Order: sequence, then structure tokens, then C-alpha cells
Amino acid sequence: MRRWDGRYVTRVAAPAKALLQRFGFVVLLAGAFTLLMVGRTQTVMVERLSTAVTDLMAPVMGALARPIESAQDMAEAVGRVFTVYEQNEALRQSNERLLRWETVARRLEQENAALRALLNYRPETLSAFVSARVIGDSGSAYVRTKLLDAGARDGVAKGQAAITNDGLVGRVVEVGERSSRLLLVTDLNSRIPVVVEATRQRAILAGDNTETAYLALLAQNARIEIGARIVTSGHGGLLPPGLPIGKVSAVGDGENRVQPLVDFSLLEYVLLADGTMPPLKPMAPDPRPPEPAQ
Amino acid sequence: MTRDEEIWPRVESALRGLVPVTLTTMLVVLCVLPLGVPLLGSVMPLLPLMAVYYWAVHRPDLMPYAASGLIGLFQDALSGTPLGLSALVYVSVHAVVVNQGRFFHGKSFVVIWFGFAVLAVGAAVLGWLIASAYYQTLAAPAPALFQLLLTMALYPALSSLFGLVQRELLRPA
Repeated sequence: MRRWDGRYVTRVAAPAKALLQRFGFVVLLAGAFTLLMVGRTQTVMVERLSTAVTDLMAPVMGALARPIESAQDMAEAVGRVFTVYEQNEALRQSNERLLRWETVARRLEQENAALRALLNYRPETLSAFVSARVIGDSGSAYVRTKLLDAGARDGVAKGQAAITNDGLVGRVVEVGERSSRLLLVTDLNSRIPVVVEATRQRAILAGDNTETAYLALLAQNARIEIGARIVTSGHGGLLPPGLPIGKVSAVGDGENRVQPLVDFSLLEYVLLADGTMPPLKPMAPDPRPPEPAQ
Repeated sequence: MTRDEEIWPRVESALRGLVPVTLTTMLVVLCVLPLGVPLLGSVMPLLPLMAVYYWAVHRPDLMPYAASGLIGLFQDALSGTPLGLSALVYVSVHAVVVNQGRFFHGKSFVVIWFGFAVLAVGAAVLGWLIASAYYQTLAAPAPALFQLLLTMALYPALSSLFGLVQRELLRPA
């Protein structure tokens, strides 16, 4: 009777193992390629796979991000000590200016209230704020995203706008149970309907993975000035209107670049806000046959 | 001789064998941590690529193909790149190293570094092509280029760290 000892197993397994080691990469390459192809069409399925990983890693990354934040805050605090005098002067001046603005704002507020009462106007309100901490960067040359430590269980939903005190950061594109992914306005896939604040010219703010975004689909005869503020238009109802995004930093033939107001590298917390329209429901199919074209 | 005495050395050597893969996985996490350095978020050097290359050259027995594939997938999931992009790049680089083993065997550090530089260029081009095809638009080449230069420049530093780990923890080859 043949004994099933280690040597026999080795005799059979060794060539198989060698073959796998030699050509295993072909299988893996094919697998990765297939995954990429599937990812393009079956987005939801592949997304679930990647959010499962981010959900799993969120607590770990959250814990690791803490000491980095503290170190940054400490360095900033130390830096401030040396500029206390200058800062104080600057603050005194801006305080004076703001007090003058306050008078103006109070007068406008009353005027506004009176006019709204006359028109029976219902103001748009931002709803459902969720605050989230940034726990991950993309670390990649091909995407501009941030990983957040809040997910579906905290009320995060796809399409929400991420904002800070400075302005719009981006939109939520992937939502896991306790983590979510934010697409920055500078990402290749980011397209946001905007208006030039002062002139109300419409455009689409598009990213291209560089540090700035550009204005696409701007009217041919539009005149844009450097420093003009760009805000969300709210068209499409996905984002609240009037959120500041950036300032025009370069004007050229067919390409107007916009420098975002938010410094994405120092982002620690963001607020997530819903758009102004309820999420779209799939339309019921029209039972009538289409009418023939004239 | 008791059973325990036979088992523990084996467990220990098995654990030591996991060091390269564990280290590479940790570098993936380091890559996506928000370090708060301006501009670094987009041109973070590809630390896992250096690790995959180093271990594929020096201890291929401890870095199987499947590991570099899974490490790539892990990175794709964490950084939000198309799932499979990094996996494809890492496995390709790994396969070139293994199939050109003679070129790398027993060579001086400069040659190994040169080999890495060549493969890093290949990896950057491959990654850029995949990203462009996936998003059906030409990805901005500048970030990929800066990332490549940083990755090449930092290889000696990371390589000496891996060398230390290899000498101290993995001596019995």
C-alpha cells in the first residue's frame, strides 16, 4: 500500500506550485483587467467591494489620522506665537471694517425681510448637516478624493455637498456603512454647475486632476475677470445654490482657471449638506406608444 | 523532545515570512493617510511599488504574485482609483522582475536602483494609460510625472530600510 507521506505530496505539488508561481501572474493580470472592465459597467457591485474595504479600515485610519492632526495643530499654534503682534494689528483693522459692514448688513436684512414679506417669498434652506472627519487622502495621481469617517448610518448620502467655512469642497460619490468618499472639485470627473457671482454668467466648473479647476461651457462672449468669485448655481438641484467655490485665477483663450477657496491638503473636517431637490425617483414607464414624428 | 519545541520555531519562521507582505500593506495605509503636506496628496510617492519591487528582487519567496495583486486591490479600494488599476500595475512590475531574475541577481545597488527607475517609468505609463482608458479622457500627465520622480528619488531611502529589516528579521534565507 502506498503511503501518503510528505514526499509524495511534494512530488505532485511541487511542479504545480512552480507552474503557478511562473504563470500565476497571467491569471492575476486577467483578473485585474476583468475587474476594471466590470467596474466600468457594473459600477454598483464594484463600489460595494471597495466600500467594504474602506468601512473595514475606517476605524484604523481614523485612529492614525488623529496624531497627525494634533501635530499639525501644534505646529500651527507654535507658528502663531511669533506673529501675535502682526495678527493683532490685522484683526483690529478687519474688526473696524466688519463693524461698518455690520451696519450695512443690518439695514439690508431689514430691507430684505420687508421685501420678502411683500412678495410672500419662501427662502431656500440648507437641510440635514452631517459633519465628517477626513481620514484619508487619495495618494494617487489619477484621482482627487478624500475618505470621510461618516457613512450611511450617520446620514451621509450620495450627491451631498461637502463644505467648509471657506466654501465648497466637493461631492459625496461613494457611501459605505461608516465611511464615504468625497470627490474634490478638482477631480477629473467633477462637473459642477456654477455662476460667476457678480455677472451671473453660467458655466460648468470642471476638474482635470491639477490644483485648479476650469470653467467649461461658458458663453462665447462672456467676459471673465481675474479674481471673480465663482459660486454654485444650484441648477439641477443636486447642490445648494450660492455656495462659494473659488476665484478666477487665470483667463485665457478658451480656458479660464479657477483656484478653489479651500486648501484641500489641510482639510480636517467637512459639513455635508443635501441639495434643494428631493432625490429623483425613477419615472414610471409611459404606457402610451410614442407618437410618430411629424 | 516535546511537540512544543518543534512547533514554536516553525511558527516563528512563518511569522517572519509574513514580514514583507505586512510591511507593504502598512505602506499602502501610510500612502493614503492625510499627511497635510501641501500638494503631496496628489503626488505621494508610490511606496508600495518600491516595496513590491524590493521584495520581488531580494526575497521573491516571501512576496507571491497573489500578494502584490491583493496589495494593489487594497490600495485601489482605499484611494478610490478604479478597482484593479494598481493591482494590474504591481503584478506587471512583479512579473517583469521575476522573469528577468538573472538581471537582478547579485547586482550592485546602483544597478538595482536603475532597474527600479526603468520599471517605475513603465508602471507610471501603464497606470496613466489605464486611468485614461477607464475615464475615457486623457488624464493630466503632470501629477503622474511628479509622482514618478519622487518615487524614483525615494527608492534608496526605503530600500535601505527594507535592507535593515531583511538583515535583522529574515537572516536565514
